[in-house]
Amino acid sequence: MNNSFFERKYVVQGIFIAAAFLLACRLFYLQLIDDSYLLSANQNVLRKITIYPARGVILDRHGKILVQNEPVYDLMVTPREVKPFDTLALCQLIGIDKEGFDKRFQKATNYSPYRASIFEKQLSAQTYARLQEKLFQFRGFYVQNRTVRSYPDSIAAQFLGYINEVTERDIERSKHFYSPGDYIGVSGVERAYEKLLRGQRGVQNLMVDAFNRPKGHFMDGKYDTLAVAGDGLVSSLDLDLQKLAEKFMKNKRGAVVAIEPSSGEILAFASTPSYDPNMMVGRERGNNYMKLLNDPNKPMFIRPIQAQYPPGSVFKVVSALVAQQAGMIDEHTRYHCPGGYSYGGGRGFMRCTHVHGTIDLADAIKGSCNTYFGSVYAKMLDQRKMKSSEAYVQWREAVMKFGINQQLGVDLPNEKPGFLPTADFYTKRYGNDRWTSAYNISNSIGQGEVEITTLQMANIMAIVANRGYYYRPHLIKSIGERKVIKKEFVEKIPVGVEQKYFEPVIEGMSRVVRYNANIRIPDVEMCGKTGTAQNPHGKNHSVFFAFAPRVNPKIAIAVFVENVGYGATYAAPIASMMVEQYLKDTISMSKAVQDRVLYESNLIEPEPQEKESVSAKTKTNNQASTAKSQREKTASNQTALLIDRWPDTNKQLQVHSSR
Amino acid sequence: MHPTKKIYGGKIDWISVSIWTALCVIGWFNIRAAVFDPEHASLISLSTNYGKQFLYILVCILVASAILIIDGKFYNYISPILYGITLILLIVVLVIGRNVGGNQAWISIGTFRLQPSEFAKLGSCLLLARYLSSHSNKMPNLKTLLLGIFILLVPVVLIMLQPDTGSALTFFSLVFVFYREGYVAGQFLVFAFLCILLFIFTLLFSQWYIIGTLAILCALGTYLFRRSRKAISSAVLFFIVTSSFVLSVDFAYNHILQSHQRNRIDVILGKINDPRGQGYNLNQSKIAIGSGQLFGKGYLQGTQTKYNFVPEQSTDFIFCTVGEEWGFVGSMVVVLLYVALLLRTIQLAERQRSAFARIYGYGVASIFFFHFFINIGMTIGIVPVIGIPLPFLSYGGSSLLSFTMLLFILIKFDANRKGVV
Repeated sequence: MNNSFFERKYVVQGIFIAAAFLLACRLFYLQLIDDSYLLSANQNVLRKITIYPARGVILDRHGKILVQNEPVYDLMVTPREVKPFDTLALCQLIGIDKEGFDKRFQKATNYSPYRASIFEKQLSAQTYARLQEKLFQFRGFYVQNRTVRSYPDSIAAQFLGYINEVTERDIERSKHFYSPGDYIGVSGVERAYEKLLRGQRGVQNLMVDAFNRPKGHFMDGKYDTLAVAGDGLVSSLDLDLQKLAEKFMKNKRGAVVAIEPSSGEILAFASTPSYDPNMMVGRERGNNYMKLLNDPNKPMFIRPIQAQYPPGSVFKVVSALVAQQAGMIDEHTRYHCPGGYSYGGGRGFMRCTHVHGTIDLADAIKGSCNTYFGSVYAKMLDQRKMKSSEAYVQWREAVMKFGINQQLGVDLPNEKPGFLPTADFYTKRYGNDRWTSAYNISNSIGQGEVEITTLQMANIMAIVANRGYYYRPHLIKSIGERKVIKKEFVEKIPVGVEQKYFEPVIEGMSRVVRYNANIRIPDVEMCGKTGTAQNPHGKNHSVFFAFAPRVNPKIAIAVFVENVGYGATYAAPIASMMVEQYLKDTISMSKAVQDRVLYESNLIEPEPQEKESVSAKTKTNNQASTAKSQREKTASNQTALLIDRWPDTNKQLQVHSSR
Repeated sequence: MHPTKKIYGGKIDWISVSIWTALCVIGWFNIRAAVFDPEHASLISLSTNYGKQFLYILVCILVASAILIIDGKFYNYISPILYGITLILLIVVLVIGRNVGGNQAWISIGTFRLQPSEFAKLGSCLLLARYLSSHSNKMPNLKTLLLGIFILLVPVVLIMLQPDTGSALTFFSLVFVFYREGYVAGQFLVFAFLCILLFIFTLLFSQWYIIGTLAILCALGTYLFRRSRKAISSAVLFFIVTSSFVLSVDFAYNHILQSHQRNRIDVILGKINDPRGQGYNLNQSKIAIGSGQLFGKGYLQGTQTKYNFVPEQSTDFIFCTVGEEWGFVGSMVVVLLYVALLLRTIQLAERQRSAFARIYGYGVASIFFFHFFINIGMTIGIVPVIGIPLPFLSYGGSSLLSFTMLLFILIKFDANRKGVV
């Protein structure tokens, strides 16, 4: 009827067409011009699989495997893709209960419903095989390959260390180089050489279909990268020698370090009580770690470099060399030993083990005469035309050149430097600097405040073997394919004592071995020194260090066994057998002695009692302690504990006293 | 007389019927793709959406046939009653309705659900046409306009109480009806368009910048038209009106709109960039459509569709399936089909002799246009997410039936156009 506005139909139609045109333009842009949506669409169906690299393998010096990699399998889940399934079947297959299942699933959902996360870690190969064929029933689950460390011979646990998954802190500290799920070395070589061992992650971009089945690589693998395996390491350890050391040291507390003097390579590095490194791998890791942590013998403590002991008589070797170099004595210098050294105008008397009579340097070494060395020390400090405290400074500097009171720079973390007090230490203690050798005469025989580690002891032997220098002791011989050696380890470090002064000392040490049936080795001239480090709260520590052969030495060794008595009783035979095995591939020690070493000492249940004075002394050892970890604190508490054991082996003391 | 003419009272417009059929078929195929589960792939299964949609299509065929047979005058008579029924249903749904997705928009009848707001569009359209046509012999006046608006306002308010803002907004599209009948000037359309622009700008930039810009524009206008006597007063008036609008926009945005509505607007304006949270629907929708490229990924091959990345895949976001699986080509086919439907509807409306039929026709076109533009616009990110279906394509019995009835009543009027309705 009244259509007077009929022209408006064009406007309306025009508006409709314009709107449609607008839609068409936008569609054109979205679908044909902008590529990003295609990529995003792909992202929704893309599954990024991390290819974890094989961690570097560690071999011994002859190429035998110390630690290798074993495959394990992580079960991953993407919650949103999970369709209803038989949860009980899955639980049974992987060995968890329904509650555990719910907890894990909730955790994965909380992390992200759209992204994959770990449902159950480190399934064994058998579990994986059983699960694999049924995996299709469990939509949304898939398996990721991982590797874990495996130790075929279960030795050198402290040296090798262990690995763990990265924590938040690790990730932050590495500036997000690490991602959750990566492994990182926590202690030992695994930690020291982490950057080399860890390799490089690879990534695979897979397209998955509605059933989460991989359907091929995104863009034909254009964005995929390969994983790069970590560098392998060849350690300087001799697997057989290490095994022997751990066998002889079983059921004892202590450390053994053997070095090849011509290179500084550490041939054996035993810390006992030890543990099977395979305990720190796999699903029982957590429980085992707690067990080890709570073990009062602290098996994770790396005694060769973290236990600081008073060296005892073995220190006399250093004394002798330093005194000769200072010109205070020579090989012909004689002192008379009536059974002890008296000082301080008769107020002090340092007992000697025997009445030696008048002896020269070599004999003093052989007999381990406290009198002789007390006299030498007194001469070093008090008779040098300067204050004793100033002379002490010089004495101390000379001694420190032997690697004492400093970190040697071994390639393991948390090395302790030992302790040799400064002059100020005594000055503070006595209120003035007029103190003399009488105030710290115990230093002369390796007691008193002096503390060194077993590694330092072995190093001293290497120095003597080389007649005046050493190479920085290290545990890794070469790195990677190209057999790279770190340059600080090929540096020859002299100790400032001329070659000629070594001979009388070495002669004395040779006599020590020669005249003791339980130490000497047929056809090999070994030079060594026993020590019995006094322990005021328990049995003494048994110490022995040596090198062999005298000419062209091949091995320098230090053995420290806590709380077992005289050095010759345990430490020496152990060292002797190890050296003989290393040089001649045989052991000719009498069975009686072997049995004694292996079976007659068992110090696994100590009762730690911290006595105040010793702990106080340890607490003042705050020089040069650079590492700040919790283990550091444990280690220094440990030193206090070590000296304060009360083992119940009085019986044995009586039987094996005088050797 | 031609046999069909006897039954239907005239020639049926087969173009419209063909388009309707094409859209229903396309809709069915896409709904199937949207909910496709290879494990349960049977074609006719009432447990699936596409199974149900098939049933709804059959029902619509029956109803459409019935509409074509029933005398056209029937609708004129029935319109007030129908309108009243829809109002009652709208009230009923507020009382006993099921709450779906925050809206109390559904009445359950057995296993099926009825959405009164869909039928309210039909009822209002018919009543409005009847009312306006009864005044069509006079010049358009304000009183008629206001009463016409009131007819629409009642269902709008009731729908807003559910609250279903999307469906309520649909009624605003009927401005085209008022425009075509002369109750609203062309300038008003321009004005409305400018208001929308101003609304957008106010939300994008601080309201004070806008007011400042307006002040500068007014000063400029005053200067340019300083010869005209009314220049200053109209410029000032303009400034006051637009500034109040700007301020009211801000007020309405912050105090009247609900937070989810604000979020949707913010997402589309780019103020929020949160593809995982607030912007998720839109982002997934664009990804699905955008990844279709030219020819699409193929039927049942759409990865986004298959993995259910797009929410509301078979209802509000059905177009995503089209875009992903049929690409630009398929999308344009669908767009062109709708354009054809819209233009044809206008054409049908224009060739009616009765004002009632013509006004009704424009109502149909307006409603279809609004759904078409807003729904597709929402999926491609030029319109905020507003939950309304795409006619004939989206899954849903109530919407399919009401849209079908809207269309076929017009076809019936058209078949009868040589007669008098």
